[in-house]
Amino acid sequence: MSRLGSYFIFLGTLFRNPEKFRVYVSLILNECTNIGVGSIFIVALVNSFIGAVTCVQTAYNLTNPFVPKNIIALIVRDSSILELAPTLSCIVLAGKVGSNIASELGTMRITEQIDALEVMGINSSSYLVLPKVIASVLMFPLLVIMAGFLAILGGYIAGTLAGVISSEDYVSGLRFEYKPFGVTFALIKTVVFAFLISTISAYRGYNVRGGALEVGAASTAAVTNSCVAIVAADFILTQLLLT
Amino acid sequence: MIEIKNIAKSFGGRQILAGVSGTFKQGDTSLVIGSSGTGKSVLLKCMIGLVKPDSGEVLYDGRNFLESDLNEQKAIRREMGVLFQGSALFDSKTVLENVRFPLDMLTEQAESEKLDRAHECLRRVGLEAAADRMPSEISGGMKKRVGIARAIVLNPKYLFCDEPNSGLDPLTSIKIDQLISEITDEFQITTVVITHDMNSMMEIGEKIMFLYQGEKLWEGNSTTLTQSHVPELNEFINANKLIREMEK
Repeated sequence: MSRLGSYFIFLGTLFRNPEKFRVYVSLILNECTNIGVGSIFIVALVNSFIGAVTCVQTAYNLTNPFVPKNIIALIVRDSSILELAPTLSCIVLAGKVGSNIASELGTMRITEQIDALEVMGINSSSYLVLPKVIASVLMFPLLVIMAGFLAILGGYIAGTLAGVISSEDYVSGLRFEYKPFGVTFALIKTVVFAFLISTISAYRGYNVRGGALEVGAASTAAVTNSCVAIVAADFILTQLLLT
Repeated sequence: MIEIKNIAKSFGGRQILAGVSGTFKQGDTSLVIGSSGTGKSVLLKCMIGLVKPDSGEVLYDGRNFLESDLNEQKAIRREMGVLFQGSALFDSKTVLENVRFPLDMLTEQAESEKLDRAHECLRRVGLEAAADRMPSEISGGMKKRVGIARAIVLNPKYLFCDEPNSGLDPLTSIKIDQLISEITDEFQITTVVITHDMNSMMEIGEKIMFLYQGEKLWEGNSTTLTQSHVPELNEFINANKLIREMEK
């Protein structure tokens, strides 16, 4: 409980005594490049294959001849948009971005770089963490949109190449009973996950005490805590928005 | 001038500083010496506001730093320059960017002015040629000099150096000490150096304060250092073989 309390106090320091706006602009752009552009490859790769596997596995399980083939595409579409693209991508990003944030800040802490900022009278948490949080909240939804698209495309390529579904059936399945709110739901989830991953990882890294061993431990804790927060938030948001 | 009055600090019930008082004059290079774990670095951190002491006062030219509001503390901090033990250079910035960082963050100067000032400080520490190199590409001694350049870029009134010689060879150590001493004289800064390096004590110790188990046991200068009758100080000094040989 005390850790939860200190996490919320830490969040408060991000917005207290911020630096000049122009300082943040270049920092946010840099972080967008690091967090967003730097994660395109892994998110694209994971989601393309997940979409492909979902399509083939669904086809394998749908053996009843009375179930139309286009249902396979519907399942790939809905599972990709509602769950796989936002949640799985964010778990991947917790590993990549979260550990990076925690280890970067942890190293800055043990090498006194954060102390150097404090001594200059700069709000170090706001200067170092706020751009990462803003960049995550901006870039994660873009990555998830790409992830959803590639998962559906991966399903199409795998399904048609494996011969489990025809091109026409796949496209008709994608159009069948489509609810646009699914995309809104996915983006809402992604924004919440982005905030959780970036702030939890930053909190872990910023509060490191000790040496290299502790930085490694903080990095691991950042990923595990973020994953727990993602699945818990996923359940709560699903309950709130889809029921 | 910096005055500290009865600074006390404990961590988890263990007393690190037990009411340390002292005065550091403008234009002097004052040294705080003592063995490892005696509270030197904690005292420095209390003075620069990184650690809040349990009790006591820190006065910067009469201004009570610890009692000040946030804006006043910011104003005092802008008059400080700090050289950290590990130099604390920002890894992602070049040497030049490190030096001009305080100017970018804390002043409204024009780009050309900032660049000129950063180059001037790098020239002062003899590192203008390394301006475009990354901190990972320069030696430990060079990092210390970049740290000094960054510490003086805003024309500080108070300069703090935490073990500026740690990890350096004796020759580089002397050069760093001389640089700190010259800068103190040149700009009439109040300089406080935390060290346990005997060369530094003999070289630049205009005023020396000896800490032992969180208490100030002795105060003097490099001339009176070897004539003290404080057993703990004598034991500390005589741990150095060179001094023992000199005394013989």
